[in-house]
Formats: sequence, structure tokens, C-alpha cells
Amino acid sequence: MITAERKPLEELLGYIAPYSRILLLGCNECVTVCAAGGRKEVGLLASALKMAARKSGKELQIVEHTLERQCDPEYVEEVASMVAQADAVVSMACGCGVQQMAMRYAKPVFPALNTKFMGGSERQGVWDERCAGCGNCLLGVTGGICPIARCAKRLMNGPCGGSANGVCEITPDVPCAWHLIWERLEELGQTEDYLEIIPAKDWKTAQGGGPRKIIREDLAE
Amino acid sequence: MKTNSNLEKVLAAGHLAVTAECGPPRGAMPDKVRERAAFLEGVCDAVNVTDNQTAMVRMSSLSASVIIKQAGFGLNPLLQMVSRDRNRLSMQADILGAYSLGIDTMLCLSGDHTKFGDHPNAMNVHDLDSIQMLQMVKGMRDEGKFQGGQDIKGDPPKMFIGAAANPFAGPNVQVRAMRLAKKVRAGADFIQTQCIFNVDKFEQWMEIVRKMGLHKQTAILAGVTPIKSVGAARYMQKKVPGMDVPQEIVDRMAATPKEKQPEEGIKICVEMMERIKKIEGVSGFHIMAIEWEEKVAEICEKAGLLPRPQL
Ligand code: SF4
Ligand code: SF4
Repeated sequence: MITAERKPLEELLGYIAPYSRILLLGCNECVTVCAAGGRKEVGLLASALKMAARKSGKELQIVEHTLERQCDPEYVEEVASMVAQADAVVSMACGCGVQQMAMRYAKPVFPALNTKFMGGSERQGVWDERCAGCGNCLLGVTGGICPIARCAKRLMNGPCGGSANGVCEITPDVPCAWHLIWERLEELGQTEDYLEIIPAKDWKTAQGGGPRKIIREDLAE
Repeated sequence: MKTNSNLEKVLAAGHLAVTAECGPPRGAMPDKVRERAAFLEGVCDAVNVTDNQTAMVRMSSLSASVIIKQAGFGLNPLLQMVSRDRNRLSMQADILGAYSLGIDTMLCLSGDHTKFGDHPNAMNVHDLDSIQMLQMVKGMRDEGKFQGGQDIKGDPPKMFIGAAANPFAGPNVQVRAMRLAKKVRAGADFIQTQCIFNVDKFEQWMEIVRKMGLHKQTAILAGVTPIKSVGAARYMQKKVPGMDVPQEIVDRMAATPKEKQPEEGIKICVEMMERIKKIEGVSGFHIMAIEWEEKVAEICEKAGLLPRPQL
């Protein structure tokens, strides 16, 4: 899923300073799961903004709403009348949702979140990065652990000389991806596979080729 | 001979090779480069010129290499190149430039993470990793082709290609030897190892290396570093990931009076070199006397590595 964290309140207050009628719009997908921008977080942020505004003598009108999916034009269409009543939109979706709103409505749209990475849940309340969307997945030859997103140097033939005690040289908080890959290859009895050189990556399928698009001819209208 | 590299000639003639390190200054100071390089005159077969070492900005490795080459000390610069700071276009452009300026020996590295340096906000490039970089440089030399597949015009850049190896890092010594195998297959003509302090562990690694026959396919130069003080020993033991400094070395430095520590550090270094010399499959030494280039001659002298062969 796409993970995100809420921006500091001061930054958001700065964005909305010129406006008094705000539509605060959450999203029911990934950002709900990572507790950053779902219905609950919309409620919490609305109160926090109102309280902070009141302290500086300003009365904010905030309409709270959470869409099923903010990156989908169909759902974004649903809020047309709410947007019409607002001076500005504060979106609690990931960057994709924020842009969907910005492309559809001629109103200022501000992000309430910092979108972080594609990851998974390590344990309750902890998410870590797992995939960098390189467009040509290597997991089949790296024991199911991604060297692009999880190795600090994106080494495809690691481990580097800084791998020690299972952790990455950059910080003991990050496991060394190549240590994990080796453990997996051992577990699977595939350690000989490590000797295969993974050749230079074609970054065209990643961001090197410019903004990417998927067209499914069978589905596209 | 694959190249005109002096290092290749020394190794081919069967001598124990010696390389030493020279770090470019953090300013536009060509005199400083010459001053440090002068200490290495006549004591090594190639001088490693580091590339933004520890992710701190310094004069470029290529420029400092050219300054050293032109300084008239008869030194052969060994161009270090990290994949952290350049993509494949930039690396190949620099290789063409370096070769045009008379540089024929290089080292392919991934480089320390930017987190450790003076620009922690910078993006790490890592378009290629060090192994893919070896493949690229070898392809340029042996096939006359750019990494992208097109032909290089004129004479291909004939680089004698090196890589680094760390026998002491994780996950274990077996993987470290297998990683060396990948580097050799990718095109490493020679290897410079991480600083060796734990000779027993290095021997274990060399044993696997010999079993795999890698010492016959590449020249392994054992990395050594003289320790200046007990503080430096403790720092390397505790703070440098992938460095293995046994407690007995720290204790020995600690038991030495402060003013005698530099001397003791050099003694330890030479003793280790004597032990390493006896290990089958070691083809020479890489001496990393960081900011202490003036001691390399003394170390080489004491280790019986002087004079250097003139080929
Ligand atoms: S290899 Fe590419 S697609 Fe696969 S997990 Fe890693 S970044 Fe994602
Ligand atoms: S320590 Fe492991 S994860 Fe970190 S940069 Fe090196 S190989 Fe990659």
C-alpha cells in the first residue's frame, strides 16, 4: 500500500490562512490503513485546525468528508457540490488523490499528508518500505526481498562492505536487504543463485523513462 | 597484457605489488595534491586517488589523478570511481577523458552512503552497482562498446580494472568470497581489500577464495592501515561498519604511551604484512595511510618491499 504521514499543523494553517470555508477530504484506502488520512484522522484534524484557528481569533468552517477512493474520477465527482461551497480543499489522501482533486476542480487543493512510500506493515503501527515501483520486478531472483527499495544503495549484486550484524551501514534500524536476501536463499536452498550477476538495470521502466502510464486496451474507453 | 598499466606489468612479472592511497584536498589546491603525492614517489606501483571519499566533496579524482601524473614523480594514478555520484553516461565520459589523459588503471566502487558525508541531503545515484560498473568498463576495453551497445570511436580505453572486497562484512565469510567471485566474473583484474586487522579471518576468506580458484583469476592486494593512536583503533573498531579490529590490537595500542603510539601502529602494520605475505594467493599490498602518506615509505621499507621494480 501507499503510506503517508500527516504534515505539521503549522504548515497546514499556513496554506489555509487566506480561507475560511474548508472541505477536509479523507480517503478510505491505503491512508486509512496506515492511520494517516481516513475518516478518523479527518475528524481529528478538523478539530485541531478549528481549535488552532479559534486561538488566533478566526472562525473556520470545515466540512468533513471521506471518499471511498480519492484517486478515482468517479468518486471524486461525488463531492462537486461540497467543493462548490468551499474556498479551498485540504486533502488527506496520498499525492495521487490530491492531484485527482486538483485536476477536477478549479479550487485550491492542499495536501495534508506527506506521501512516503510503498510498503507493508512490519507490526502494529510500524510500516516499512518494500517496493520502489521499478516497473520490472526482480523479486523472482532475489528471494522475494527487493534490493531496489530496501538496499540503501540499490545494489543489485550486494551486499556492500558495510553490511554487518544483519543491519545496513546507514543505521542499525534498517535491516540489510542483502542479508535478508541471503537468508532467504539459504532457506530455499538456492544460494548458488547468488552467483548469477544481475545486469545493469533498464531504468526506462522506472522513473528514468519519464512519467509512466498503463493502458489496458481491453478496458480503456 | 590487457593494458599499459604499470600495476599490471608489476603483477605479471610476479612481484608483490604495492599500491597506496592519496586523498584529494577539500579545496582547489593543486599544490596540496603534489605535496601529498610526493611522499609516495618511488614507493608504490600505483596511487589510488579517492573519489569523494566518505561522501565528502573533494577535488575530483580525475583532476587530482592528472595533477599527480603531470607532477613528474613518475607516479601512476589509479582512478577511483564511485557509482554513488554518477550515472553510466557520466562514468563513461570520465573514463574516456581519463584514458585520453594517460590514466590506465581504475577502481570500481559503490561508495559510502551520502548519509555519512557533508551533503546528507543529496540523492544517491547508483544507476549501476559496482559489479555492473566492472562489466561496463570491461566491455569498453575488450569489446570497444559503450554500455548502451554502440561502438566507441577510435581506440577503446584500455583500463586495468580493479574492485574492492571486504572479507569481514556480513552476512558471512562465504558470501564475501562469493561476492568476490561475481566481481571477478564481471571483470576485476585486481582486488584491493578492506583494511585487514583480523588476519585470522582474512586467512579464512582466502582459503575459500583459493578453493574457488579466484586468486588465479584476479590479483588480490591485501589492504593494510597503520593505526595512529588508540583513539583511532577504537573508532575503527566501534564506528566503521564492516571493519574488524580485534580487541588485542586496541589493548596493545592502549598499553603504549601516547607519544609512542604512532610508532607502535606502524610496527603492528608491518607485523601483519609479514604474516599476510605468507598467505598463498596474496599478490601485493594496498596501503591506506589516511592523511599519513609520509609514512608509506617507512612501512614499505620495513616490510621489505623497496625498491619498487622499474618495468
Ligand atoms: S524489484 Fe522493482 S517492482 Fe519488484 S519490489 Fe523491487 S522496486 Fe518493486
Ligand atoms: S548494508 Fe546492505 S542494505 Fe545497506 S547499502 Fe549495504 S548492501 Fe545495501
